[in-house]
Amino acid sequence: MISALALLRRDLRLSLRQGIDVALVVLFFMVAGILFPFAVGPAPNLLAAIAGGVVMVMAALAALLSLDRLYLPDYEDGSLDGLLLSPLPLEVVALVKALAHWLTTGLPLLVAAPLLGLILNLPTIAYLPMLSALLLATPMLSLLGGLGAALTLGSRRGGVLITLIILPLYVPVLIFAMAVIDAARLGLGGGDGFLILLAAMLLGSLALTPWATAAALRQAA
Amino acid sequence: MALFEARDLACQRGERVLFAGLDFHLEAGAALLLTGANGSGKSSLLRLAAGLLRPAAGEFLWDGRPIRRDGEAHRRRLIYLGHADALKAGLTVDENLHFWADLAGLARNTAGGAVAQALEALGLSALAGLPARFLSAGQRRRLTLARLLLQPTESVPLWLLDEPTNALDAQSQSRLLDLMRDHLAAGGMIMLASHEALDALPGERLAVDGFEPDPLLPAAETGAVSATDLGEVA
Repeated sequence: MISALALLRRDLRLSLRQGIDVALVVLFFMVAGILFPFAVGPAPNLLAAIAGGVVMVMAALAALLSLDRLYLPDYEDGSLDGLLLSPLPLEVVALVKALAHWLTTGLPLLVAAPLLGLILNLPTIAYLPMLSALLLATPMLSLLGGLGAALTLGSRRGGVLITLIILPLYVPVLIFAMAVIDAARLGLGGGDGFLILLAAMLLGSLALTPWATAAALRQAA
Repeated sequence: MALFEARDLACQRGERVLFAGLDFHLEAGAALLLTGANGSGKSSLLRLAAGLLRPAAGEFLWDGRPIRRDGEAHRRRLIYLGHADALKAGLTVDENLHFWADLAGLARNTAGGAVAQALEALGLSALAGLPARFLSAGQRRRLTLARLLLQPTESVPLWLLDEPTNALDAQSQSRLLDLMRDHLAAGGMIMLASHEALDALPGERLAVDGFEPDPLLPAAETGAVSATDLGEVA
């Protein structure tokens, strides 16, 4: 327990001291999202229709952008050997690392999302569903992203590989998150059902990805 | 009387068999110095002994029992320091060492004292509040070596050290030698790879490059498994 907390504290401390990394993720999320009104035109109806999707996709891409600082620094400076040899089970290491990643990327994105929604003319009724969907989807981005980051340790062009491995796994997350937002925006109802599905997917990835990530980390040693 | 031994060990990295048929045994209070040219497999042997790599053939025994049976107990009784310093530039000297103390599971009330003592022993007390990015190469090395002193010899008897004298000046080298002698005197064990002639350290020498398989022999005859059977290791 002490060991797990120590790892969480260290990772958070490192991220916050290099606060620019956190700021860059949020900045990318906002700036890339703001490009859409320029690209597709400022028609309010069109923007309202795509706003939810843009927010979800930008969140996924912004999370991807930060994955290379999840395991790569520990791998390169030899800390990973120490983590592998610590009494802490490697599955717990993977879980703690994903939690630290979520706290420093998913959570700030969650805070910034309503602002991007406002800029993109997201209908008022869709904010709460969007935030609920993001709250469930962003931890999955961290968990699956951790798996991708662990799998690509030691390979050249790891960043590109992570993208190719992880983006397909994000597709179901995106589909159900969009279903939640659209159900609210179009007044269809039934959004809660999709939220429950998202929650089930989150529980599934919480249970499974730490094992897969730990196996990948052992291979990287 | 603890005993760490290896039987008929082979190591394969990629397609290349680094060594095969290697045996050693190490008793409490003894040191084993690995010698050999660059790339002969000294570092790999240390990683095998730590359990970070799996041997292509052969096994390690602790008190006669294979370590694969109980990897967790083995991890608890060893400390492995590789070439890399495993330090975070953004954390202070104290925070870096404290992290490793906490990760090793030291109780909160003893960790602080252990960290302070270890820093003192390696002459780093004055730098405790300094971010590690400002340390010189020798100071970084000393901070890494301070991890050895966080836990007593009885609970972590096996030290696996890869080039521990890198970047150390003469004074720090002799300090490290003293620490290693103390560890051995208390019944610890040390496996060590070093270019520097650590002649003052008592212990056996093991020339790893003496176990290089004949390149003309096919892998099967050297005791190693062929690369195709061995996806997990390669």
